[in-house]
Amino acid sequence: MASKVIHAYFNDDDILMQAVKKVKAAKHHIEEVYCPFPVHGLDKAMGLAPTRIAITSFMYGCLGLTVAIVMMNYIMIEDWPQDIGGKPSFSYIENMPAFVPIMFEMTVFFAAHLMVITFYLRSRLWPFKKAENPDVRTTDDHFVMEIEVHGDEKGLMTLLQESGAVEINKVEK
Amino acid sequence: MYTFSNRLKIGAIVLMALGILGMGVGFVSVPSTPEEAKAMVAAHDDGHGGGHAEESEHPATAGEHPAGEHPAGEHPAADAEHAAASDHGASHDEHLMHQLQNRPWSALYVAAFFFFMISLGVLAFYAIQRASQAGWSPLLFRVMEGITAYLVPGGIVIFVIFVLSVMHFNHMFVWMDAEVVAEDALIQGKSGYLNPTFFLIRAAVFLGGWILYREVSRRLSLAQDEAQDNKNFVKNFRWSAGFLVFYLVTESMMSWDWIMSIDPHWFSTLFGWYVFASMMVSGITVIAMVTIYLKSKGYLPDVNDSHIHDLAKFMFGFSIFWTYLWFSQFMLIWYANIPEEVTYFVTRIEDYKLPFFGMIVMNFVFPLLVLMNSDYKRVNWFVIMAGIVILAGHYLDVYNMVMPGTVGDQWFIGIPELGALSFFAGAFIFWTFRTLTKVPLQPKRNPFIEESRHFHY
Repeated sequence: MASKVIHAYFNDDDILMQAVKKVKAAKHHIEEVYCPFPVHGLDKAMGLAPTRIAITSFMYGCLGLTVAIVMMNYIMIEDWPQDIGGKPSFSYIENMPAFVPIMFEMTVFFAAHLMVITFYLRSRLWPFKKAENPDVRTTDDHFVMEIEVHGDEKGLMTLLQESGAVEINKVEK
Repeated sequence: MYTFSNRLKIGAIVLMALGILGMGVGFVSVPSTPEEAKAMVAAHDDGHGGGHAEESEHPATAGEHPAGEHPAGEHPAADAEHAAASDHGASHDEHLMHQLQNRPWSALYVAAFFFFMISLGVLAFYAIQRASQAGWSPLLFRVMEGITAYLVPGGIVIFVIFVLSVMHFNHMFVWMDAEVVAEDALIQGKSGYLNPTFFLIRAAVFLGGWILYREVSRRLSLAQDEAQDNKNFVKNFRWSAGFLVFYLVTESMMSWDWIMSIDPHWFSTLFGWYVFASMMVSGITVIAMVTIYLKSKGYLPDVNDSHIHDLAKFMFGFSIFWTYLWFSQFMLIWYANIPEEVTYFVTRIEDYKLPFFGMIVMNFVFPLLVLMNSDYKRVNWFVIMAGIVILAGHYLDVYNMVMPGTVGDQWFIGIPELGALSFFAGAFIFWTFRTLTKVPLQPKRNPFIEESRHFHY
């Protein structure tokens, strides 16, 4: 892979946002923006597709709810019915109010944990993974915009300079 | 400046007129003797062949009612008279008569309280916005102030209903009846708090305090528009923070007084929160609906989809909160199964199955599924549709709180109920929109107005 990219450094998120809009308007392709913290609205400015994680969250929630119902039905109704507080466990529906907290907790548990795991997998993050960001300063106070170079390289350079980049590097990737 | 469109004004007046008609029919058609009451219920059964009334007519049912509910205790004089002859049937007929006589009053009270509650919920929401100095909402302040204008007429109507109750025009609050209290050790124990005089004094204090804050805050809010500095804004912040403290205490007491005391033997410690949740979700829903209506007419140009999105998020969140409290109350009572507590839910599940479970579907399952998706919360007509179901669900919620203790199993959502609902809906619309016409819909000099205009999600 011998594609040339430009790394433009910014030290303010507002300036970065303006620069992203300008670069997009000039029809350049922004590969990636490395940020020390999430910048509100950056995904929209970059034109990224909206996240689908909410949909997975809903599915995981449904899964958790199902697991809770099946589990409680097995434990409390089929396998070892107990008479708690004078409420014999003849059927799931009769004792349903007692199981609601478990149904709720399992729904939340499944939705939250599986969503986080999905997010890690989708972002290709796992333990001992080597960092992908091009410069350690992106973990401190700098933002790096990575732009693919093709065609008008000079124009792009001046555009970036005008839009407030503090440092511009050309790198082979 | 907003002008009250003629169509809406005429619509509100027609609603009020129809409502008066419906309520009038309700009041005229109550039975005046036990025999008449019995005949009415019997005729109703013949007409519809309902199995539900079979139970209600059965004399044994009255005797079997748990002591916690009023039937056995409500008319001790009548009970004593007939005890010698051991004639339960006649006392039951008299009881039936009282239930039927209560019905138009309860219908009136449920609707009056429902719209008053919307207005009060909006007032609390408004005070929270003020006290937290929220940046997103100042564009909606005039809308909220318009809705809270209904506090004055709504509060007066409620207070008049209470005065009439104390004067024994109706029997919604059994503990107001000295004959009942004389026979009832439990109510006697509570009578230091639960007596007609103190009840009216408390109601006057609650209503007075809420209306006072509303008027002061509105005045400061308008003064801020013309001011050169932010003094009025800061004052409003202080008033709002103080009001919230007053409100949280008085709202809780109000829910015991005005609603929980209808079943004077029963109590629930989270009842105040439960009513509060209902109040907030209905109030926020109405804010969203009025805002969307005004936007559709071309007013409030700076209100964008993100504001609606936020309101819809609140509708969603408070619906879940309401369910949480409803279920917390239900589960503890269901699990402990203590007779004097559980009777509350036994009567509701036996006699009010459809409104009781229907309300959970409308107030929980429906908003949960419909408003979960982020994009749908920005679709205005979708929010209106969800709002209509939520409002109907919370009307049923109030209905389920009031009716079982006043009319027992003689409930129906018919002419008296719909009439009262239509009357107060008309009055509410009339008052709200009349207030909206008085000042520009957008605050001029609120320090957060720019933030609110650029609010986006």
